[in-house]
Amino acid sequence: MSVSENDAKYVLELNGITKIFPGVKALDKVHFQLRPGEIHALMGENGAGKSTFIKVITGVHKADEGEMFLDGKKVEFRGPRDAQAAGIAAIYQHVTAYPHLTVTENIFMGHEKVKFGKIMWNQMNNEANDFLKQLRADFSATVEMGALSVAQQQMVEIAKALSMNARIIIMDEPTAALTKTESEELYRITENLRDNGTSIIFISHRFEDMYRLATRVTVLRDSKNIGTYNVNEITNDDLIRAMVGREISDLFPKPEVQIGEEVLRIQNFSRTGYFKNISFAVRKGEILGLTGLVGAGRTEVCETIFGIEEKSEGKVFLYGKEVKINNPTDAMKLGIGYLPEDRQLQGLILDWGIGRNISLPVIDKMSKHGWLNDKKERDLAKRLAEQVDTKAVTIFDKASSLSGGNQQKVVVAKLLSTDLKVIILDEPTKGVDVGAKAAIYVIMGELARQGYAIIMVSSEMPETLGMCDRIIVMCEGKVTGELMRGEATQEIILDKAMAKSHHTTEKEVR
Amino acid sequence: MAQTKRVIASEKVFSLKSFFLQWEWFLLLVFILVNIMNSFISPYYLSGSGLLTATSSFLEKAFIALPMVFVLVIGDIDISVGSTVALSSVVMAECYNKLGVPMGLAIVICLLVGTLCGFINGIILTKFTELFPMIVTLGTMILYRGIAVMILEDQASKNFPSWFSNIFWGKIGSVPYMLIVFIICAVVFGVLLHKTTFGRRMFAIGSNRTASKYAGIEVQKIRLIVYTLTGLFAAVTAIFLTSRMGSTRPNIGEGYELEAISMVVLGGISTAGGKGRFVGAVIAIFIIGFLRYGLGLINTSASAMLIIIGSLLIVAVMFPNLKLGSLIGKKAKKLM
Amino acid sequence: MEKIKSITKTLTKSREISLILVLIVLCAAIQLKNNQFLSFANLNDLLVNATIMCVLAVGMMCVLLIGGIDISIGSTLALSGMVAALVMRDYPQTPAIVSALIAIGVGLFCGFLNGVVIAKGGVIPIIATLGFMNIFRGATYLVAKSQWVHKEQITPDFQNFTLNSLFGINNMITVATLCFIIAAYFLKFTRTGRKIYAVGSNAEAAEVSGISITKIKIMVYSLMGALAGLAGALWVSKYASAQGDSGKGIEMDIIAACVIGGVSLTGGKGTMLGVVLGCLTLGILNNALPLINVSSFWQDAIKGLIIIIAIILNVMTQRSLDRNNLKRREL
Repeated sequence: MSVSENDAKYVLELNGITKIFPGVKALDKVHFQLRPGEIHALMGENGAGKSTFIKVITGVHKADEGEMFLDGKKVEFRGPRDAQAAGIAAIYQHVTAYPHLTVTENIFMGHEKVKFGKIMWNQMNNEANDFLKQLRADFSATVEMGALSVAQQQMVEIAKALSMNARIIIMDEPTAALTKTESEELYRITENLRDNGTSIIFISHRFEDMYRLATRVTVLRDSKNIGTYNVNEITNDDLIRAMVGREISDLFPKPEVQIGEEVLRIQNFSRTGYFKNISFAVRKGEILGLTGLVGAGRTEVCETIFGIEEKSEGKVFLYGKEVKINNPTDAMKLGIGYLPEDRQLQGLILDWGIGRNISLPVIDKMSKHGWLNDKKERDLAKRLAEQVDTKAVTIFDKASSLSGGNQQKVVVAKLLSTDLKVIILDEPTKGVDVGAKAAIYVIMGELARQGYAIIMVSSEMPETLGMCDRIIVMCEGKVTGELMRGEATQEIILDKAMAKSHHTTEKEVR
Repeated sequence: MAQTKRVIASEKVFSLKSFFLQWEWFLLLVFILVNIMNSFISPYYLSGSGLLTATSSFLEKAFIALPMVFVLVIGDIDISVGSTVALSSVVMAECYNKLGVPMGLAIVICLLVGTLCGFINGIILTKFTELFPMIVTLGTMILYRGIAVMILEDQASKNFPSWFSNIFWGKIGSVPYMLIVFIICAVVFGVLLHKTTFGRRMFAIGSNRTASKYAGIEVQKIRLIVYTLTGLFAAVTAIFLTSRMGSTRPNIGEGYELEAISMVVLGGISTAGGKGRFVGAVIAIFIIGFLRYGLGLINTSASAMLIIIGSLLIVAVMFPNLKLGSLIGKKAKKLM
Repeated sequence: MEKIKSITKTLTKSREISLILVLIVLCAAIQLKNNQFLSFANLNDLLVNATIMCVLAVGMMCVLLIGGIDISIGSTLALSGMVAALVMRDYPQTPAIVSALIAIGVGLFCGFLNGVVIAKGGVIPIIATLGFMNIFRGATYLVAKSQWVHKEQITPDFQNFTLNSLFGINNMITVATLCFIIAAYFLKFTRTGRKIYAVGSNAEAAEVSGISITKIKIMVYSLMGALAGLAGALWVSKYASAQGDSGKGIEMDIIAACVIGGVSLTGGKGTMLGVVLGCLTLGILNNALPLINVSSFWQDAIKGLIIIIAIILNVMTQRSLDRNNLKRREL
């Protein structure tokens, strides 16, 4: 169902762009057209070539083959500055901001307003405030960037793009770290930009972003452009098939499992400033969802259960008996395992091979009186890596060389190395491509069948509704609802997840 | 979706090329070159006694380099060790000379002082994890030497019992006690680093402190142990050094921290943490030690030595990064 | 009571203001013990003795801002001073100003070497500057053939520079003040100055936005070297001699002054005012301790203790600030 080429002038056109890095072809003769004033979605699995695509457009990489046209005129960027000068701006997922500097300094870095060589701070502050007002921001330009939330920082990035008169703005996973309200705000801003004549490309894993904003969507797979489609003519399944190249049916295989006794219970669990009076329990074979908006305190609850942080109040019970957990070692000894939210920073040692990563929590068991037993370690690592079907050749493959989904599998394997009774998974499929997601759901289902009690923190509605037997909703540090599988819907969850009171609860901005 | 179960290999394939392309072989080469050079300078050099004399010229400094390997592997740094050497030595000397403490006990006090100095570093850094090792050990570096100066002012403390000098000068047959102690310590440290769970944990901490914490490693406890160990061995250096000179002053050990770090870094231990092999550090210790000795034999001025050691350090770290180094690396990769 | 609480809160929020308060208290305490402290003569002495440190601290601030460090400055100072002194000894007709420029030039070159090795050689700053610290110091001894350059061999004009005054203010103070003012303007009001902050705050972002990190790094280390060269010239002038071990250990004082002044060791954060205050603090300590009969043998220990206490207090204040912020979040 490709769109036939018409004669409308394109604001940006890529023709046969190929980019090769040592050992891998990141882009393979990619054609792409962006119409003026269009919002164009770019989708594809991790590793499909999306970020390289963006980097070629923004001048960070130079294509090895092919040509790029801006308004029909051929362009060649020697570096990011050329692209910026041509009116192309990018807003990345990992905020590329200067945390110690103010909003104004961030917006104008590199192109400050100068008079006789002297920077005009007053003028720049005023202009920055103007942009912020346009975007309906609730902070001023003299605030330090590091004190702002992710959503606010993104607004600053947009202001920066505006200040450089960007005609083409590229957004990389813009809603990944935003709450529902903030996403709505971003949609509004994006639509405004389009109405003012800016053309927008955005990358997202979320179908709802695409349906909401885009008129056309391009799918990349294995470094090639599979096709460009009209959004109102395509279905989810079509898209998934295009991205993955195969049929994915039954994405959420939560098997029917006999749910047993209570394994873990927390009662009146509190930590000053983060959450208050949290009480819930999880049972054998059950998958308990912990959902809510970003910032609700779900990760904090899990980290406190696991012993990373200290609680200020409350009790933890294992099989009905009270237990004390002061650090992760205590938690693991009791059989509680935690898959952290940030797998690259918290879950893995990227420089190490996957084998050593997997055996790290249990090296004491792999050793005798402190003496390492190499063979025992390797055997364990091999068994577990295979169990979760990691796409790797040897256990010595560096963790950094794996894709996001595979890295996640390694972290799961690492979890399984300890004797566990409770597994806490924090956003297990964040930043993971569709294929690996399905594999992780299979693993989760299997674990439930084997009798583990599972807590899953998730911000994705479909997976929460699809995988969980029971759902706890949190909002601003408190439990606002508990729903059974059958009775939960997106609307009910959202309702419970959103703040009701009138007074603002934004973090204090210094 | 039928999927065949993927099989993952767990046996490491031995590659001759990658085996020989390691930093330690390069170090060994440099070590041999230094010895060849030295043998031209002094005909007696390559004899047993010649080598032993050469070793004794620097080995007391090397004791600090041993725990310094651990410090760098866990991604920290300690520039206060030179001052710890001075302080422990001065306290020991004054305990004996002014307070009449028996020498044996004074030696124990020396070890305790060093351990305490290291412990203080560790406690501050592990209780206030926001602080950087560079700045804390900078402060203690000034503090510890400052206390030594408070005690001895600008005087020297001498008059040790005659058996005290045996600690440094004594031998079994023709092998100095110090060398035997060093070898034992080096073996213990090396084994600890590479063959035990303690060592594996240190590498983990150096590579990714956060992930280590989430994997149940007691990061702060290990850091405390490493810093305390560093202090203890600074005291060991102090004992050998004082025994060698027969006297002590508050300014001894100046520059020892820098030399220890140079030895460790030359040995291939990355300052970023998480990487390195102990044997590399040991070879580097002897490279720098023998080089200094050889240069000393031809009356190289202290100033020229400073230049040489300084340049050696920079070149050693730069080599892998330069075109030449990576070119060799790339060629080797192609061959594999 | 509430008003006082809120005033103290706003005052202590700014690090610079807390430091000023601490200094005021410190000076008052010292003055009580020795009423000569706040005399014009003594204050003049204090400032003059602190100027070399100030000049170096300006350079160190820039280095710290990009997240680097430079412990070779003592050696650079010595080498620059020595070269200038040797020129004056062997070519007595050389005008004083030329000798000073030679010192600055040598320093610039030393700094440039540091910058290249760090930016292009991929060597981390502590190691690179550690190596060069040894190299430059060795070069100093070598070039001087292990001798001193004595007072009589140094051009009188050159010596007198640090003794003379302009409008009643000693030249050294003027030089230091000029350094502060020029550097402050550079950092705040020029694009290149802002780039320094960018590189220090988030090097990756700076690179992606087209800022040449290599150029900035080389520039900053060269600047540090040039200032160390200037300090070397001032040193020779002030002490009317050039010795092989001039400036040994001074780098630690400088880093301490910057840290006390609130410059972050990880980069991106720091104000000129803070650095000035840090230098003042150290200057006061160096001057006041003998005045209140603290043996000079106690000075280093006190300095070390103050540094440790200062940084621990920093952490504790930040922690209680964070704790209060958490309590404030109504849950």
